[in-house]
Amino acid sequence: MSATSSPAISLKVEFGGGLELLFSNERSHTVTIPARAPSPAGADTDVHPPGGGGRPADIAFLIAWLRANLLQERAELFEENGTVRPGILVLVNDTDWELEGEGEYVLKDGDEIVFISTLHGG
Amino acid sequence: MALVCQASTNCMRNKISWAEVTIKTGQLKLQQASVAVVGAGGLGCPALQYLAAAGVGRIGIIDHDVVEISNLQRQVLHTEARVGMHKVLSAAKAIEQINSRIRVEPVTSALTASNAQTLLADYDIILDCTDNLPTRYLLSDTAVQLNRPLVSGAAQQFDGQLCIYNLGPGQGPCFRCLFPKPPAPEMAGSCEELGILGAVTGVIGTLQAMEAIKLITGLHDGRPTLLMYSALSALPFRNIKLRARRPTCPSCGTEDEKVGKIGETDYVAFCGGQRPDWVARGLVEGHENLRIRAKELKDLLMTGRRVRIIDYEMPFDTEQYAMSTNIPRSDIPLKVFVANPAAHLSTTDETSEKAIGCSTLNNATLELTEDTYLVCRLGNDSQIAVEALKSVGMKGVIKDVIGGLRAWAKEVDEMFPVY
Ligand SMILES: [Zn+2]
Repeated sequence: MSATSSPAISLKVEFGGGLELLFSNERSHTVTIPARAPSPAGADTDVHPPGGGGRPADIAFLIAWLRANLLQERAELFEENGTVRPGILVLVNDTDWELEGEGEYVLKDGDEIVFISTLHGG
Repeated sequence: MALVCQASTNCMRNKISWAEVTIKTGQLKLQQASVAVVGAGGLGCPALQYLAAAGVGRIGIIDHDVVEISNLQRQVLHTEARVGMHKVLSAAKAIEQINSRIRVEPVTSALTASNAQTLLADYDIILDCTDNLPTRYLLSDTAVQLNRPLVSGAAQQFDGQLCIYNLGPGQGPCFRCLFPKPPAPEMAGSCEELGILGAVTGVIGTLQAMEAIKLITGLHDGRPTLLMYSALSALPFRNIKLRARRPTCPSCGTEDEKVGKIGETDYVAFCGGQRPDWVARGLVEGHENLRIRAKELKDLLMTGRRVRIIDYEMPFDTEQYAMSTNIPRSDIPLKVFVANPAAHLSTTDETSEKAIGCSTLNNATLELTEDTYLVCRLGNDSQIAVEALKSVGMKGVIKDVIGGLRAWAKEVDEMFPVY
């Protein structure tokens, strides 16, 4: 492969319902993440890996990436066993992530991903 | 006025008559409808107010709490005169004043797994206006069992959420479909503990009444969505398309596909046990060298003694207590402060330095030249901060206020804004 910089995608990431407290108390972030996850999750490998291996970046990868690069404190309140902690809903472009394949949803440049914690006060 | 064109007047008339018909048939449906509102607090009050004003024929209210003065900033049906009264009775009184023809059915006992079905079976729609997670799971399960839509509202600080569970019924998801496992208890706080802007519960409670009215009058489109409201955001409302009912859901799932059972009736245990009572913890007496009562601090300030108050929440009104100095630190998170407390104490900015006209910390000895009092909302964070200052060897008088600003409002200054 050539020495060009590895492809990346830019995403809008938003946190709500108190989760923003774990991310510098900022609700809105623009992040640039590698277009391909460095190591395959499970058996999911791609036949045409332009960056030399791995799998296309999906939400499962984004969760790990956010934990490693953006999260400021108390990781256990955000991530658990490779996915989000119970009580957190993930939204892909204003749609419940379950309708989009959950962690396996392959991210596209410009996607907006929202992580929101369920509230119970009243 | 004479210039209004005939065509547009006719058009207006047609529109009005169409609207009138809709409203009239809607009105009849509302009169014949029954709604149960669980929780007569921040969400319940505005919801009840609009349901009553809209003329919903029969309204059940379930809540075992009594009205407290600190409720009044958001629980808008209650009044100072009714402090100490059961919330459901106070709300019933308020409704009677709005619309005396409504049949109000107040229930002063707590909703439990053993009485939920009986108490709610008699209503067409259930509104979840509660403030805790175990009751939210209980209400969701009960709504599924009774085949009723559950209009659920929640609010915390500047955020709110609104969703109709079991919409369909049996088509839209229930609360368990979305959150099969309860969230971390650390993330679960009540309004009393975390504070809330009263207008946020106003927005969500009013929307709950709106959704109930849409369901009753047949104006709801039947699509399950979750509405998120964040008061401080540039785009404060966001509506999310939700998944359908989960066939494997232990509550609303398809009979042979259900995974797991809701055999347990202990919803508190399911949600990780009793939450810590932060109000009570903040009021812990503590050692007299570490904590001070709000009343004592007030007396101290009145003697004209120069002290420093570190405020975690919002600017303390120092005008009133002219001799005190004040450094609002809402911009320094507790975590950052605790990591290096001395640094934050020594960096007084120049203007306030001049205004205060005194140096506050001798860096060499870590001796505070002024007595220092820390205050936060309920008196929990301030305890941690005092501990941190002591642990780095800070000397001098350093105490925090027992019960925080809430206690200040109760014991010293009734006009002090509580939130
Ligand atoms: Zn369900």
